[in-house]
Formats: sequence, C-alpha cells, structure tokens
Amino acid sequence: MATAVPIAAPDDDGISARARAAAALSVLAVAGHRIGGIVLRDSSAGAQQWISVFRARLPDTMRVARLPSSATDDRIFGGLDLAATIARGVPVAERGVVADAHGGVVIVPLIERMPVPTQARLGAVMDTGVAQVLRDGVNAEFDAEFTLIAIDESEEDAWGVAAPLRDRLALVLDGDVRVDDEAVPSAREIATARAMIAHVMASDEVIESIGTLCDAFGIASERASRFALWTARALAALDERSSIDEGDVALAAQLVLAPRATRMPAPNDAEEPEPPPEEPPPEPPPEPPPEQQQPPETPPPEQPQEEPEPPAEEAPDASDTPPPESDDDRQMEDRLVEAVTSAIPPELLAALLARAQRPSQEQGKAGAEKESWTRGRQVAARRGKPDGVRRLHVLETLRAAAPWQRARARASAMRDLPERSLIVERDDFRVRRYVERAGTSVIFVVDASGSAAAQRLGEAKGAVEALLAESYARRDRVSLIAFRGTTADVLLPPTRALARARKLLASLPGGGGTPLATAIDAAITAGVSARRAGTMPVVVFLTDGRANVARDGKGGRAESMRDALDAAAQFRASGLAAVLIDTSPRPEPMARRVAEALGGRYVPLPVVDARAIAGAVALAREVG
Amino acid sequence: MKLALLIATVDPSVGGVLVLGDRGTGKSTVVRALPALLPSMKAVEGCRYGCDPSANGSRCDECRERAAHAPRGKLPVTDRRVPVIDLPLGATEDRVVGALDIEKALRNGEKAFEPGLLARAHRGFLYVDEVNLLEDHLVDLLLDVAQTGENVVERDGVSVRHPARFVLVGSGNPEEGDLRPQLLDRFGLSVEVRTSTDVAERVEVIRRRDAYERDPAAFLAAWDAADSDVRARILAARKRLPSVVVPDAVLQKAVELCVELGTDGVRGELTLLRAARTTAALDHAKTVTNAHVIEVAPMALRHRLRRNVLDEGGSGTRVARAITTVFGAP
Repeated sequence: MATAVPIAAPDDDGISARARAAAALSVLAVAGHRIGGIVLRDSSAGAQQWISVFRARLPDTMRVARLPSSATDDRIFGGLDLAATIARGVPVAERGVVADAHGGVVIVPLIERMPVPTQARLGAVMDTGVAQVLRDGVNAEFDAEFTLIAIDESEEDAWGVAAPLRDRLALVLDGDVRVDDEAVPSAREIATARAMIAHVMASDEVIESIGTLCDAFGIASERASRFALWTARALAALDERSSIDEGDVALAAQLVLAPRATRMPAPNDAEEPEPPPEEPPPEPPPEPPPEQQQPPETPPPEQPQEEPEPPAEEAPDASDTPPPESDDDRQMEDRLVEAVTSAIPPELLAALLARAQRPSQEQGKAGAEKESWTRGRQVAARRGKPDGVRRLHVLETLRAAAPWQRARARASAMRDLPERSLIVERDDFRVRRYVERAGTSVIFVVDASGSAAAQRLGEAKGAVEALLAESYARRDRVSLIAFRGTTADVLLPPTRALARARKLLASLPGGGGTPLATAIDAAITAGVSARRAGTMPVVVFLTDGRANVARDGKGGRAESMRDALDAAAQFRASGLAAVLIDTSPRPEPMARRVAEALGGRYVPLPVVDARAIAGAVALAREVG
Repeated sequence: MKLALLIATVDPSVGGVLVLGDRGTGKSTVVRALPALLPSMKAVEGCRYGCDPSANGSRCDECRERAAHAPRGKLPVTDRRVPVIDLPLGATEDRVVGALDIEKALRNGEKAFEPGLLARAHRGFLYVDEVNLLEDHLVDLLLDVAQTGENVVERDGVSVRHPARFVLVGSGNPEEGDLRPQLLDRFGLSVEVRTSTDVAERVEVIRRRDAYERDPAAFLAAWDAADSDVRARILAARKRLPSVVVPDAVLQKAVELCVELGTDGVRGELTLLRAARTTAALDHAKTVTNAHVIEVAPMALRHRLRRNVLDEGGSGTRVARAITTVFGAP
C-alpha cells in the first residue's frame, strides 16, 4: 500500500519541524493564556522534552499543574471539600486544579482519554477565565486564567482533543515536537517580551491581512484570527519591536492558521483587485472516494510539487527582515497566502486540493462519549451502607443528617458524650444510584458485492436510510460495516452522527465477491464491543446470502457457504440479536438458511418497503 | 441571532432561542453581552426570586406572604439588572432547581430552601453553551420549566414552587452530534450563525475585538451610546407590542406557510405570529405585514419541519422555497 508515501526528505522536514517547535514554544511563553495553549501531538517523551524546555523559559514563580485525564470534574474545577465540610459542619468549597493554576500553566497528558464534556468545560473556563462551580451544594467562582498544554497521543488521523477545546488552543505541533534548547530565546529575553507584548501595535494592514487569510483558508472561528494577532504580537515583542511586521504575520499564520485551513484559496493569477476569493462552499465532491478511509496510505498526488518548497523554515528569517517595503497590499497578501500554504501539512493539503472535507472525519470520533453512556444518569440517592461497589453520596448523607443535628446534639449532651460539630448516624448514609440507559447500537452489515450490486444495492441503501431515520429518532448509535471482495471493513464506528453514515453509504461502491463468513465475523466483533460499551447491539445484515468467498479469501461456493454457516453459528452462540434482510429479487433460500443459523429474523425485500424493515428491526430490538 | 434575541427580549413568551453554528462565531460573546444592552427591571426588594412587583398572580410564596401583611399589599421596589445566567456544563441538579439549604440545616436545624439557578434566571435569560453536551435529563428539566414558567421542587423534604420565567438560550454545534427532535421543537426560535464571508466585516470584527482586549474600559465607553439606542428600541417595542395588530390576510398567509411546510402542531404558527408581531413592534410598525412574517419565518420554523433527518442542513432552503410558494417571488 505505502507505495509512494513521502517519508519526505527527513532532514529538511526535521529542521523545519524543529524551527516550528521552537517558534511555537517562544510564542506560547510570551503570549500565555491570551492564545489559550497548545496541542502537542507526539509521544509522551517528545512532549516532555518540549515541556521541559518550555518550563525553563518561565518565571520560577509560575505555577505549573499537571492534570491527569482521569481527574473528576470536582477536582478539576472545584467542588465540595469533604474534610472541611465534615469538620465544620457546613459545606465548604474546594478549589480545583485550574483555580490553583491561575496565572500559570496546566498540562494535560493523554488528553484523548479525557471525556468530551470535561474537555468542553475546560474550554468554557478558558473563555471566561473563571471556573464556576455549581455542584453538590457548592456555589463558587474561582479565577482561573491559565495556559493549557494538551498532549495528544491518539492515532495520526484522529484528534484526541475534542473540537470545542481545540478551537481554544492557538497552536498545534504535530509529529516530532522536540526542540533545541539553544534555538529558543533565553528566559530573560522571553521575560522582556512578556512585559512588552501588550504594547505592540497592530497596523490596519496587519489586521486586514489576517482577516483576509482567515477568509481565504475557510477558517470560520474568529478565535483563530485573535490568536494569530496575539501570536504576531508575541513575535514582534520577541524581536523587541513595538509594531507587527509582515514577517510576524507570515509566521503567525503558519503557526495558527495553517493547521486550521479547510480549503485552499482560489488562485488569483490575474492582478485584478478582486479581494473576496470565490466562495464555493467546500461541499464534498460527488465522488468522495473510499480513499478517505485510509488517508495515511494514499499518496497525495500533489506531493511532488510541495517538496521543493522549503516550508516553515524560511519564516523565522523573514521576521528579521525590515518592515515591508512600500509594496502594495495585494502582494503582501499573496506572499502571506504562500507562506500559509507552505506550512499546511502535505496530507491536509492534498485533501484540501481534492476538496474533500477532512474535518468531517475527525469529528464525531468522540470515543470519550462512551463514558457518559455507561455511567448513566444519577438518580436520587438511596439509604444504604457504602461498600466497594456502592459509593457514599456525601452530600445526600449530610442532607439526611442535617435536620437532626440539634436534637442529636441535645441528646448527646444529655448522655455526656463529647461534643461534635456533626453527628452522622448509620441511618443517614446514602449511596449513589445510577440508571444506565440501555441504548441500542444498530450495526449495519451491508453486502456490497457484485451480485448484490447488480441486484439492488441502491434499494438496500434506501432501506438503510429509512432505518437510519428511525434510529435517529430513537437516539440509537449506528455503525456501518461493508463487505465485498475478500474483506469486511468497518466504515463507521458506532456514532450518533447519522449524516455521516448516510454520506458514507451513498459513496459505497459495489462489486466483487461475497465474503459472508468474514462479514459475520466482523459483525460479532463489533457487536461484542458494542455490548461491552454498555449498549444493546442489533445487527442488521443486508445481503442476498449467496456467499462465494470463504474465510481464507478463496472462492468456491460450497466452501464459502460452509464457512458462512459456521460463522453464523458462532454469532448465534454469542447471543447477539440479528435481522437479515434478503436483498435478492425473490426470496433466496440461502439467505433464509443463514438467517436461521444466525438465530435472527429473516425479512425478504421483495418490493422495497422501507417501513417493513424498520418494523422488523424494531421488533428485533424488543426481542433482543 | 441579533433579531432573535431582540424578539425574545421584547416578548419572552416566544420561547427559547437555539443558536447553532461553528465554534468561534461569537455565539457566547453575544449572549454574554446582553446584560449591558438590556434595560433594568423593577423587582420586589429583597425577593430572592426577583419577583415582578406588578404581577400579582405570579409571585413567589414569600412575596405573597409579605404582600398580605404589607400596607395595601404594596411591596418595596428596587431596580435590578436583568439576569443573564450562564449554566456551566457539569452543574448538578440540586444547584439548578434549588435544594435544602444545608448550611442553615446544619447550623440551626432549620429547613430552608436554597434557590437554584432557575430562581436566579427568573425574568431573564438562562444560557447553556454546548447544549448537546448537557445531560439529557437536565435539558428536559430546563425546557419543562421554561415552558410552564414555574419551578416545582419536591426534594429533601422541602416543597417549594416559585415562578421561573426565563428565556432559554442554547447554543451548540450540529456537527458535534445531532440534537433530539423533541428538544428542537421546544425552542421557539432557532438561528444559525455563520462567519461573515465579507472580508471587510471580518477585519472589523478582529479590529474591535482587539481594541476591546487592549483597553476594555475605553471600548465600552465608546460603544455606550450605541448600547443605549438598542435599549431605547427595546423599551419602545415593549410598550407598542400589545397594540400591534395582525390583519387577517397576513394571518391567513402565515398559516398557509406552515401548512406548506407541514409543521407539526400549532406551535409553529403561534411562534411565527408572536415573532412577527414583535418584529413589527421593533420596527415601529402598528400592523404586521407579510414582510415581517417572511423575515422571521426561517427562525421560527426551520427547526420544526418534519424532517428528512438525513437531508443535511437543507431546512433553511426549504423554508425559503415555501415562502416563495406562498408569498410569491420576492
């Protein structure tokens, strides 16, 4: 597969990556919370090296807090201080990590493991600089202005930092983030720049060029432009200048804007002053190819053109050049556009040029959503004794004890017991209770083989769409597996973003053999993992049941059928619920046999009637 | 979004406002700027719920009690800012609806009710950012209270009901996961915020934001006059609203529009008309015209279409098409 993957010019790339890492480091050290923070997409070791260099540039007095991704909301943002509450007999608020780090730095390793809502709350705190605590009997507000460093070790094509938080972090370093200590300005230089940054002027041209660039690269968030401006200020301050020059903007755009680009500016070769580049919404092309599924492998066709350009590296020098000679704005913007383009990661560039929307793929990869799913919602606490499984609900316990305090105090005084500020008795204990919502996870296994395609792949797609609409109303999760040729691929892991499911389905090509056994195996894996995630899986097969590719990838109808029935028996043994929708023109005995082996319902699809299928699935849901 | 919030300010009975849009398009910024824009309100002095002195029917128990003992039932009045309350993600239910005041309970063994966020938001706005990340049961609770205008608390042995009329403003990003249709329908108005495609406008946004960050005080002073203009407009519209009439012909058209779009129930029609009346009031008009209906139709109806859920974002265009069908080409 990896035919022409550009492990591109390691030297070249390495240097520019270093320069980038160094520039980002000094900018963050200078601008601090004004630009939110940074995402380090690298192994823990690389990120630690970067952070150690970063810390060496900060004043000794600055607080640096580490926030484990597993920390609970009350520890992060503040909550009820249990010890003090018990000791004093009144609810006492406790500061969280972010409030303790006010004016300093918060580091979150393994941010991909932090639940999305928690990440969103971190983002909300960064917006206002205040941590508002409203939980468990505490109403409090703490100042919490901090710089966030998120270490994201998730796989290349996914983001561990949830979108709401990512938008609030100006900088991203991808790949090797290590820096050369010498390449970074000294702590003293940084301190000087920190003192200066607020006084750096931004001319109208500077602000205009940033606005133009955001527009040209399809960046919707106004935060990006604000961050770019502060980054440019930091760069000017590092250079001890009191106004921003073109070089600052170029580098700031590379650091802040390039990673956010969602489209390429229309080439304006003509010199016509026609500022707004044409505005075609980057809608997915009609042939969004399946390549999107395996982006890292697909060699971007535009790659060769990109290589000769020495990317980001040039920019730091550019900031040394004197302010722009009096050439007109248009030219300046052209150069800036070029600078940004050169800093866009090659794969992204290829994707952009193909007008494919990469962000849509990152979205919804909300693995962390799982947490709230399994945890379920909390319902009224119940009297009981806490043990390993049942957790004490402190607040409810205190509440239960509260009204009796006077009476108990009197009683204990009468019995000459030592005075206590709070008397809790066994009857007061309350334990937490959760209700887990048994959500359904519908796994569609779609036969995209030649035989199915020739017959009614299109109609099957229609049927799935009807089911999707149904699932939507029920807030089910949906995942999609397609099989053809020799493989069964998970096109879409469980998600509630159904629009994506539809898009993927629409672009599903047909053709090839029918590896039914492999498909059933894949369905078992998906079903079991959905069950582990706390949802109730229902597998919907859409196939004509005419297997002709065996598990070993070889053809042969008899062999393939045996494998398929064997897989179906395993499926049945795993206790998963299934519906098999026969997509052949008239009821196909093979399909019925497979359905029986699966222990599932068999639904022929003689005339497409999407509602009938929806009904069948609903039934399976109830039975299963 | 501005119009939607203005409408909700003038006539809170249109129901909440749902703001959908990309991140960083200023949704929160606009909502948080509201307090500065809004005219202050009269409230019963010392009332924990901020009761309206003139509304006898919808007072809290405490005010009713006080009024019974006060001379001629009159209660002292103060000026208050209209509350705009931010609901932080992760707030627990006891803080939202209110609960037994533990401190008082622990200290004095007294059973007292401690009002929650809903009480604080009474007669104002309750803002929930990233509404799709809020736990479902909390959202249901909010919508329920927003609709009935009353918060009923039965927990910890306290039993309290108090008025809680507020405009629920929710914001979210549709890419983050779909919103439940039931939830959508409960919001009165729904608007979509996009980044301006006009470069000059964007540049102006950056410039102003920067000016604010560098010197907030000067920035606010510079815009104070503009703020008071808006304030005056809101007050004038409130005064005019009761006298704005809806001609039958316009009513007819509005209903036709809803039929054309196949919206479920009458909530669509009601909201459409309320919003159109309010817009007329904001425009210093005495009667509602077709133009007003057309102006507010997208925000009042787009989230109520019996949707083909898989048809992404097409609802705005569908409303536009229906408008053309009913009112003729613009």
